[in-house]
Amino acid sequence: MRYAETGYNLEIDLSRGSIERAETDPGLTKLHLGGLGTNTKIMWDRVPPEVEPFSPDNLLIFSAGLLCGTCAPGCNRTIVTTISPQTSLMAFSMAGGFWAKELKYAGLDKVIIRGKSPDLVYLWINNDKVEIRDASHFHGKGALETAALIQEELKEPRAEVASIGLAGENRVYFASIELGKSSASRGGCGAIMGDKKIKAIAVRGTKDVNIARPVEFFELCNGVMKKLRDDTDKLTPEAQRGFVDLYSWGSPATLKEDDDSFHYDNFSWGNARYRRKGYWNEEVERKQVEIKKELRERQVSCYNCPVRCTGAISLPGEQRFFLKCSGYTYVIAAELEGSLGYRIWNVHNEYGMDGYSTPQVCAFALELYENGIFTDDDMAGMPSDKEDRFIWLVHKIARREGIGDVLADGIYWAARQIGKGAEIYAQNTIKKNEQLPLKLGMLNPAYFLMYCTGEKLTITQMEGQFPQTPLPTREEREAHVKDWVQVPDEKFKQYFLDWNPRGENSNPYYPDIEATCEIVDWQEKMHYIDDCTGMCAGLSSFVMKPPYHIHNIPTLISSATGMDMDKAELWEIITRNRTLLRAFNIRRGMRRKDEKPPKDHWKKRFPELEEKLLDEYYKFKGWDNDGIPIKETLNKLGLDYVSEDLLQRGILADKEDTSSRETAGEKEKK
Amino acid sequence: MNGDKKRKTIKTIKVDVDKCNGCQACEAVCSAFHATPKYSSINPARSRIRVIREPLKDIYIPVYAGDYTKAECTGRETYTINGKEYSECSFCRVACPTRDIFKEPDSGLPLKCDMCEGEEGGPLCVQWCVALALTYEEREEEVEEEVDREELEIGLESLVNEYGLEKIMDSVARMSMKD
Repeated sequence: MRYAETGYNLEIDLSRGSIERAETDPGLTKLHLGGLGTNTKIMWDRVPPEVEPFSPDNLLIFSAGLLCGTCAPGCNRTIVTTISPQTSLMAFSMAGGFWAKELKYAGLDKVIIRGKSPDLVYLWINNDKVEIRDASHFHGKGALETAALIQEELKEPRAEVASIGLAGENRVYFASIELGKSSASRGGCGAIMGDKKIKAIAVRGTKDVNIARPVEFFELCNGVMKKLRDDTDKLTPEAQRGFVDLYSWGSPATLKEDDDSFHYDNFSWGNARYRRKGYWNEEVERKQVEIKKELRERQVSCYNCPVRCTGAISLPGEQRFFLKCSGYTYVIAAELEGSLGYRIWNVHNEYGMDGYSTPQVCAFALELYENGIFTDDDMAGMPSDKEDRFIWLVHKIARREGIGDVLADGIYWAARQIGKGAEIYAQNTIKKNEQLPLKLGMLNPAYFLMYCTGEKLTITQMEGQFPQTPLPTREEREAHVKDWVQVPDEKFKQYFLDWNPRGENSNPYYPDIEATCEIVDWQEKMHYIDDCTGMCAGLSSFVMKPPYHIHNIPTLISSATGMDMDKAELWEIITRNRTLLRAFNIRRGMRRKDEKPPKDHWKKRFPELEEKLLDEYYKFKGWDNDGIPIKETLNKLGLDYVSEDLLQRGILADKEDTSSRETAGEKEKK
Repeated sequence: MNGDKKRKTIKTIKVDVDKCNGCQACEAVCSAFHATPKYSSINPARSRIRVIREPLKDIYIPVYAGDYTKAECTGRETYTINGKEYSECSFCRVACPTRDIFKEPDSGLPLKCDMCEGEEGGPLCVQWCVALALTYEEREEEVEEEVDREELEIGLESLVNEYGLEKIMDSVARMSMKD
């Protein structure tokens, strides 16, 4: 019997119309866990670097995390993997919700889709029965609208549906896949789904997910639930009914229910141009609270999670929709005051688009217009109201109408097609992907490395347990480290204790390069663990003092799966996954030259230090000076087949001892 | 004969649908608790509590399994509460032929909530409901035994009428001698 995982993948070839339920190799679980780890292995094995994003040979993989469908609170993520149309690198977009557990209960770990269907179809997985069904009558329908129609058509209200809206059908490069209240938004996975002409995947399952060591596993889960309950009890009643609710608990931003000054005062408005320190005041807060009270009906959660991170919002006469704390992105990009942009969000969500990219693309378009690059003809019919003109742009993009057609390829590609100097305004992307509008003063070395080398392309999926800024006084820092059990090593406490906001031991030269490498590696690994298990970062890698951390996750995985594993072994698996993913993107052409944040991300830049940081971090990771994992690194992780492939392709040079140097940091982790 | 009063413990799970966050942790933990061996598998289809979820209508109703019935209801009414339309089935705790909840997925046998008998902290669905939509309540109630007595008396009386008092008393005496 397989534990925690089901041991089966569904292999679909849309070109041939074939469906196969394939047993998986348990040895791969030992090497890569599940979720992102095994997705990456499949991508490496089956998608050679010549495969273009819109080729039928590109795969679209939907994977449940290894522990999804078990009792582990907050473990509910679906990991979608494909080649991104925007970056041409591996996209790994995650979403919470209810879909992943349903797939597990249907007896499956992954759905692997290749090929292209001639006509629009949807997939219906009902335990062992799988059908490819006609979806031509859903063409152009909204994402959630489609999900509801499918449930009705199947007479199966308990079917969980992953679907795309018109943006996905039209291959908008930043189209999302919507999973009920959650979405897999980053990297344009929705465009690949639309390209393969698959409108939705509906799943229903009534089978068991088995646990290897039930009592041990349950006690751990129960402990986590108890901690969450105790922490909730400590919150004020306002925070308990909050938009961000428990999410605020220990998060880097310590977000509060009513006070959202963190986002509004610190993020850059318009096309990531200017900060409005002091924008937030009592009046703004009062207005926002008023709107939220009127329009937000309920705070809801994903499967088996007490964190009510999502608002269910009801605008008069319109379909309900769901919004997380990222709702500020439109307000800031569209420069809306006294509005929460809910009208835009409702349109946006039904089209199915990324909530970070789309507002940026719209703001970019307006900037081009203001600077005479887009003409009045281009913008003919645009309303004057700030919110309305964003809605107008969202419609144009999703339908690929007029200027919307070029904008739908994202800022990077649009700027190159538009020409006339448009490139100057395309200033907030990393690896061709729109970033959150964060422009800060002083370079933070850890964030510099995360932005440069992170292949997830979203800072909230890289940062986490180490605070982004030091607390003002030593006393406060001492208090912070007291119950900081999440650190993998005591030295991280010292790094934090000695870190001053300014003067001696402050950014950018403190934490020093070695410490910075260790901090970044730790943050990144925690996220990669979550992406394998399907755990939400909100209860784990994204927050400073989460209930899941490096000391209890190994036991959680071993007791659920029966695979014995300690901290060092888990660390090695995650290093293997991370390195394999790196190698996959390297094989597709990614190099050091691509690893840089937007020019004005920080006002104060330190070119020499930055180069040094990259040099040392690459060494720390066992990569060469161009960011390529060296042979020794690969072979040590059992990735000999990768080093052979890279050698054959001439990406790695076949010389002995290529500047391989295992740093103290990597050794200590083992 | 007007009855004696008897004290009885009534166990209930109170449901506040306004507080439900729709997470279905109750389903996960219920199915784990009732698995054999305990906690060895998770499968909400085996859960004795289900959340009736219609997110686009803002309907979230946790309902826990009551009795089994062979017959289906004649009509299924709808109720409109605060502008939201509910089917009466959404509040119904019965395992019945018209729907698939509260039945073992393999055998179709009905499931019934046992308040997690033997679990120290009370029902696990309540313990795992951090949103506090579910609360457990035990209360002592004085129960009139009159109703039971009357039923018994009515039954006995009809037997006496048919067979005569003596025969009935003989039968009862014989029955009481068997173990």
